[in-house]
Amino acid sequence: MTTADIFFWFAAGLLPLAAMAYIISRNRAVAAEKLGARLHSRPGYYGMHGVIGLALPAMAVGLIFSISHIIGLISVPGPMLLATAFAVGVGGFAIALKQIKPEFRARQRVEKMMSLMLLLSATISVLTTIGIVLSVIFESVRFFQVISFWDFVTGTTWQPDTAFLIGAGRDTAGVAPPEFGSVPIFAGTFMITAIAMFVAVPIGLFAAIYMSEYASDAMRNRLKPMLEILAGIPTVVYGFFAAITVSPLIVKAAEAVGLQADFTNALTPGLIMGIMIIPFMSSLSDDVIRAVPQSLRDGSLALGTTKAETIRHIVLPAAMPGIVSAFLLAVSRAVGETMIVVMAAGLRPNLTLNPLEGMTTVTVKIVEALTGDQEFDSAFTLSAFALGLVLLIITLALNIVSSIVVRKFKQRYE
Amino acid sequence: MNKMQLTDIQISRKRKRERADKRFRLYGLGALVLALAFLLFFFVDIISKGLPAFEQAEVLVEVEYSQAAASNYNKAIPREYKSVVSRAWLRTIPLTLQNNPELIGQKQKIWVLADGRVDQYLKGNEGHRLKEKDQRFADELKQNGLLRLGFNSGFFTTGDSKLPENAGILAAAVGSVLVLILTMLLAVPVGVMTAIYLEEFATDNRFTRLIEVNINNLAAIPSILYGLLGLAIFINFMGVPRSSALVGGLTLALMTLPVIIIATRAALRAVPETIREAAYGLGASRLQTVLHHVLPLAMPGILTGSIIGLAQAMGETAPLLIVGMMAYIPDTAESIMQATTVLPAQIYTWSGESLRAFEERTAAGIMVLLTVLLSLNALAVLLRRRSERTW
Repeated sequence: MTTADIFFWFAAGLLPLAAMAYIISRNRAVAAEKLGARLHSRPGYYGMHGVIGLALPAMAVGLIFSISHIIGLISVPGPMLLATAFAVGVGGFAIALKQIKPEFRARQRVEKMMSLMLLLSATISVLTTIGIVLSVIFESVRFFQVISFWDFVTGTTWQPDTAFLIGAGRDTAGVAPPEFGSVPIFAGTFMITAIAMFVAVPIGLFAAIYMSEYASDAMRNRLKPMLEILAGIPTVVYGFFAAITVSPLIVKAAEAVGLQADFTNALTPGLIMGIMIIPFMSSLSDDVIRAVPQSLRDGSLALGTTKAETIRHIVLPAAMPGIVSAFLLAVSRAVGETMIVVMAAGLRPNLTLNPLEGMTTVTVKIVEALTGDQEFDSAFTLSAFALGLVLLIITLALNIVSSIVVRKFKQRYE
Repeated sequence: MNKMQLTDIQISRKRKRERADKRFRLYGLGALVLALAFLLFFFVDIISKGLPAFEQAEVLVEVEYSQAAASNYNKAIPREYKSVVSRAWLRTIPLTLQNNPELIGQKQKIWVLADGRVDQYLKGNEGHRLKEKDQRFADELKQNGLLRLGFNSGFFTTGDSKLPENAGILAAAVGSVLVLILTMLLAVPVGVMTAIYLEEFATDNRFTRLIEVNINNLAAIPSILYGLLGLAIFINFMGVPRSSALVGGLTLALMTLPVIIIATRAALRAVPETIREAAYGLGASRLQTVLHHVLPLAMPGILTGSIIGLAQAMGETAPLLIVGMMAYIPDTAESIMQATTVLPAQIYTWSGESLRAFEERTAAGIMVLLTVLLSLNALAVLLRRRSERTW
């Protein structure tokens, strides 16, 4: 029996038992009511109380055993865990049944438990964040024990191949030590992000301006969902499209003007990523542009400006903080985007300014390091977590800055 | 005279400004047209690449179910057909004979799956890799009506295969459904409960503000970092089997959680305060108010948000690659513990195959995935329209 099987049987066993507990407890309350007793709560609450009496102890046993199993304290065999949980659950249910009396305040008890459950689920999001941060930091620390942090941040050569030999326990005498200089990887990431922004910002912004200022409501209601299809297309699909259709087109176009382009050039994923981000940029900008008070427009138009001048000089500056925050969020999305670059950008770290050459990105390197057949403990696989850590810091910083910008914007109009 | 000149200047300046005004408007229209033109180009490209995969070459051949064929499947068909009949189909003969022993000794003329190279040759694709001698044979068969293109039902009924003519999406589709069910079971209740807590129960204190900031940050964290979380915590720490639907579902559930929370909160906020006050006035408790009045009214909004979140999760690939769901898996998973693959991962795997025939499979897989996703999104839009009400 594997851990997973135990988990399965635990969950599968609990559900019917809980249903039974509900029915028995509720029936008991209904029977009491039929005999003329005046119950404090509706019968359903007595049913729920029975379920809690059964499930809570059983789940506590499961939790304690699995935590002690995970941290390696004691490992209880699966059947024993199931049996214990069953016994404790039935015991808890028996006690709960005894408590059912007309004056018992079942509703209050159940409601208290329920609000506790609500609070518990709210903490899951916090736990997720902690989980992401911890998992990334733990493995990164292990990585930085082998590779110097300074070399990682400032090094310009990424050559992890020999780390794999060390991981395999091979003799490494005479082999160059692995190098983990992340500068070219981040340079590639920013290059592709910049190209994406170069596509997404003008198109997204002008589309937003047209939709909010010129288009009729009916037209806007049709255009917006159509643009949003772009955001609903999975990135793996964009990646295929970029690699199979767009990349050859770009190579041909470059040849036509006498330039040489790699098939894994940085321009292709940049362009496609930009298109993917258009609806993101346009929807957020559209919202903030519409939030600009009409009185500002009316005032400007009354002074005799054209509509374009009003938009350029009055509406856009007023909406600027929101647009900037949309831009920052779009950048963070482009930096973290994975599938398009995995399928269409290069694998070779390349420090160059020529977008027609192949470049690689942080996310490509993370995927590369974690989908191979290497030992999990080698510096090569751990490097993925170090890259992930930097990625996390960058995106968090972008989010925080963008929320600060937005808060300022709100203060101005409230 | 002087006055006239001034107005001339004024007029020309006014015209200039009007032209600038028109230009500006055209830029906006141009941006929209550009984006929509791309969308059109994209769909035409994918469909034209993927449509051929829904047709598959079949060849009419006389199969001899002999004792010899049970041990050596090559003996079941005439020797010259060996290069045009799919090996994938031939390999099933021994099993067929094992299950139906009464077939032995019979001869049947049936349409069987043709070899992938013949299929590509028939569709006129370059790079079909069919030998010249076999090309002539295929041409001859076609002229005699023994070789045809039929509907490729196998695409929907088989799993992945290294032979393109036999590769289908069934295993990946089942994997997607399993992962999605898990994601839904985990993310929707937790997400809705979190939103109820934040909207209806929480007082404005440090802890709730922490949760709120957290959720907004989680919504913007790149999906690949959820993959790192899944790998480090679920697989390495908790020992959930790699590549299983369980680890995929857990990872995607955490990723979908913020989307569902944010949508549910918006839906709860849209329910007017008067409804709550009326319930309180009748003596309902806080929980009763939420469960009996607010939640049912917010349900369409919650459903819409959940569908959008699940559609996102269904198209997600990056975190699933990190937790190992890109393996070559030809068989349909029977439990959430078994290694499985999902549709986007299958698309990714196929797109990396060098054979030309896999390109059309990839595009066809994309067509299936997009059809499902667009229908889900359309459903969400429909639901939103239907439930829109003024209070």
